Amino acid sequence: MRLTRPPLPVQAKGDPVHVRIRDVHKSYGDHHVLNGVSLDIYRGKTNLIIGPSGSGKTVLMRQLIRLEKPDAGELLVNGVDFAKLEGLNLAAMRRTFGMVFQMSALFDSMTVFDNVAFPVREHTDLSRKEVRARVMDRLSALGVADAAHKLPAQLSGGMQKRVAVARAMILESEILIYDEPTTGLDPITTEMVDDLITEAEEMFGVTSIVISHDMASVVRIADHLSFLHQGQITATGTPQDLLHSEHPATAEFVRASRISLD
Amino acid sequence: MPDAAPTASATPEKASKLRAAARDAGEWLISALLSPFVEISALFRLLWEAVFWGIRPPYRGRLFVEAMEFIGIGSIFLVSLTAVFVGGVLALQLVDGFRDFGAENQTGAVIGLALAREVGPVFAALMVTSRAGSAMTTELGSMRVTNQIDALVTMAVNPVQYLVVPRLVAGFVMVPILTMLFNVVGVFGAFFVAVSLLGLDPGVFMDRLKWLVDWDDVSQGLIKSMVFGVAVTLIACRQGFYAQGGAAGVGRATNRAVVQSAIAILMLDYLVTSLVLGQGFF
Repeated sequence: MRLTRPPLPVQAKGDPVHVRIRDVHKSYGDHHVLNGVSLDIYRGKTNLIIGPSGSGKTVLMRQLIRLEKPDAGELLVNGVDFAKLEGLNLAAMRRTFGMVFQMSALFDSMTVFDNVAFPVREHTDLSRKEVRARVMDRLSALGVADAAHKLPAQLSGGMQKRVAVARAMILESEILIYDEPTTGLDPITTEMVDDLITEAEEMFGVTSIVISHDMASVVRIADHLSFLHQGQITATGTPQDLLHSEHPATAEFVRASRISLD
Repeated sequence: MPDAAPTASATPEKASKLRAAARDAGEWLISALLSPFVEISALFRLLWEAVFWGIRPPYRGRLFVEAMEFIGIGSIFLVSLTAVFVGGVLALQLVDGFRDFGAENQTGAVIGLALAREVGPVFAALMVTSRAGSAMTTELGSMRVTNQIDALVTMAVNPVQYLVVPRLVAGFVMVPILTMLFNVVGVFGAFFVAVSLLGLDPGVFMDRLKWLVDWDDVSQGLIKSMVFGVAVTLIACRQGFYAQGGAAGVGRATNRAVVQSAIAILMLDYLVTSLVLGQGFF
């Protein structure tokens, strides 16, 4: 059975807000991780969700792509509540999202080519020739065509990220989510990954959501950002708005990261 | 009385610590008692999910073939090697024991019966556990802790259908085949030791074996091996699929999978034997 992405509702096309997250709660036993998170994700922009370790960023990301179901709240994607979908509707809606995991999560038993071809083979009836053309086109666009026959373990961290982006975008998803894309990378690779996020957005016209605690990336790539602290959004706006936030936790985070716009 | 205040406050504090320790001990005891039931219910839940997704398209034939090759073809050498020695040692023990009362001619019959009904299915399943089961847990566990299973979900591919179903089917099909192989090679090992080394008549060995062992004995072993095949792969998949805690967590999951599989094989052996023989469980 082929899962087809649901058509974009007509009223959603002109809406600058791509995803509306409303009053999302998530607890594990007695531990409340998300305490009513509400924020907007803007269409075609780079939206950063930042915050200190343990603030709930990864848990929010897991709700956003429905790896977990929120206890309460709404995840309105193009006006459809993603939080309430189940079964095949949920699976079909997932194709709206492409995901780039922190450690890339490429299948280590497959070559780069097979990793990128995987979603195409699973969800389309394209011939081998068409699959090959589409995959090589994506790999070339991201500058990793030469690595097509290699295994992920043979690639550098930056190249793995490029392959992960190629795989996430191969079905032309509307929204690309990056989970801590620069964690553990050296400064040069970090800058390369930041450029990659901007490139992918321009190249494929996607909405980017970046989960991060890297303030340098915020300043470099963010169009819009939200600061998550103890399971709540405490500041939202442009990078300038964040740097001038008067919320104590946000101001402390900015101060500790020693970043300015000058 | 400068010391009075600290003493008075220390007593309720001590009592409260004792109450907390008693509560922790109680919770630990309850969870320890419940954990086998929790584990079994989780296994049945995964089995149900596998059946639910297994009957739905897409059917990925390549994955089934790969899993069968890994569990079946990959275990042939190990199963054959252990079968030769198990058959051989059975012959050594039985010829030696039967000679005391002149019944060594029954060696072939007893070995055939023991291999077909008990030793073949149990040993073949244990070998599959040690080679393929542990590897499956490690592979799925690594996929879990490196987010590869989450990646499948985000690509709208059901991970139970993609990862668990082919392995379960392969276990169900290949463990009985490996059991048959174990039986044949085990008889060969026993024949070699009993006839070539201990001087038993080859005609009598084979004649007694054919006289006592019939299709019911072989089918009893095959029914068991099908149950073992599903149990071993289900436990291996469950432990790997839900592994957590990085590399150390994968190691612990693999350890649990091997121990649980070994226990499950022996417990299920008793239960299936009771059912097949119509003796009741206890």
